[in-house]
Amino acid sequence: MLNISGLRDGVVIDHIQPGGAFEIYNYLKLDKLDCTVAIIKNAKSNKTGKKDMIKIEGPLCVDLDILGALSPNLTVNIIRNGEITEKRHLGLPERVTNILRCRNPRCITSIEQELTHTFKLADKNTGIYRCIYCEQRYSNRS
Amino acid sequence: MKHIISPLDLSVQDIDDILNLSENIITSPEKYAKVCQGKKLATLFYEPSTRTRLSFEAAMMNLGGNVLGFSSADSSSAAKGESVADTIRVISSYADICAMRHPKEGAPLVAAQYSSIPVINAGDGGHNHPTQTLTDLLTIKNLKGRLDNLTIGLCGDLKFGRTVHSLIRAMIRYENVKFVMISPEELRIPDYLKREVLDRENIPYEEVNVLEPVMPKLDLLYMTRVQRERFFNEEDYIRLKDSFILDAKKMKHAREDMLVLHPLPRVNEISTEIDDDPRAVYFKQAEYGVYVRMALIMKLLELDGDC
Repeated sequence: MLNISGLRDGVVIDHIQPGGAFEIYNYLKLDKLDCTVAIIKNAKSNKTGKKDMIKIEGPLCVDLDILGALSPNLTVNIIRNGEITEKRHLGLPERVTNILRCRNPRCITSIEQELTHTFKLADKNTGIYRCIYCEQRYSNRS
Repeated sequence: MKHIISPLDLSVQDIDDILNLSENIITSPEKYAKVCQGKKLATLFYEPSTRTRLSFEAAMMNLGGNVLGFSSADSSSAAKGESVADTIRVISSYADICAMRHPKEGAPLVAAQYSSIPVINAGDGGHNHPTQTLTDLLTIKNLKGRLDNLTIGLCGDLKFGRTVHSLIRAMIRYENVKFVMISPEELRIPDYLKREVLDRENIPYEEVNVLEPVMPKLDLLYMTRVQRERFFNEEDYIRLKDSFILDAKKMKHAREDMLVLHPLPRVNEISTEIDDDPRAVYFKQAEYGVYVRMALIMKLLELDGDC
């Protein structure tokens, strides 16, 4: 069993769908931080079998709510003095801009680089997002 | 200001208004011959089209207006790399209304975001084609007498066929409409349309891969072409293009009052031997396309027949 030490102060992004951690890592630009960041892939999960996690040492000043669009059902735990002081279950934002990228080669965004990549929530139950231009479903698989 | 990007941009009431106005135009075309005098329609066609572009141009001319535009990307500034947003900003100062066809999905929506004149989507890739849908609705309403209580057969390329997708979204808003989808396995209707449109609205439908057995139950048969330009792979196109051909033998299974519609152009999916069958209404349908575009232009320019 891989052992990664607990955080004293920081943020744990938990219940990321397996394989989704790097997308969140890149979106949050965690490579620019000087603090300790741990990515845990394919950790055991009682709910889903497998999950990814990200542990970040220190405060993180970004809008985390948007992460719901990248990986549905994830949770964010805020740690203070070694204790979880806040546990947030992220919902699905109605609309996200320049978070997800449309990969449909027939979409206008594939040839016009200046356009924003905007997705809207098409189905709350399944967490499906669709590009506002071509209505292609978002998939994090290329 | 209103743009027409998707068939759902129009409410049922809007559609009723447009279809009623279209029927008035059919009855008394002379009454509308000058309503667009002094107005200009820009036709921005980034890919080839015969019916759609010419029917838009004919519609504007029938209303007494003028037309300007281009009929391929090569003859526009797109060839120099100009964006859709920049093009429409410029065209907005040249014309009063614009019809845009573009091979990329969503291009007319981009235009609408930057335009100061109404934008009509005249077809964006395999995505939407709302004026074809209006044409189909006018054909059905005028020749069938109703838009509800219909069993509609959809045949051919149901995967990439934008006219079919738009027609489904438009028809589910009317009572007691059922669909029979007739296509090869590879060209079936996309799952998202089944799940997010048909299943969500509890619309009855069945999927089959043979035409004859379902013919007797159909009020309408909407045929589509297997389009070469929607395939990335030539071999797939050649293998599937002849899958579903409607001929006189198959028409014997159809009701006396069943109508055959087709957005045209056809390749060989409807045999020419049935062109004279009174149930084959696809050329009438093309004619209705002009009337419905006249009505749409008038509605978007907020004109009425009395001015």
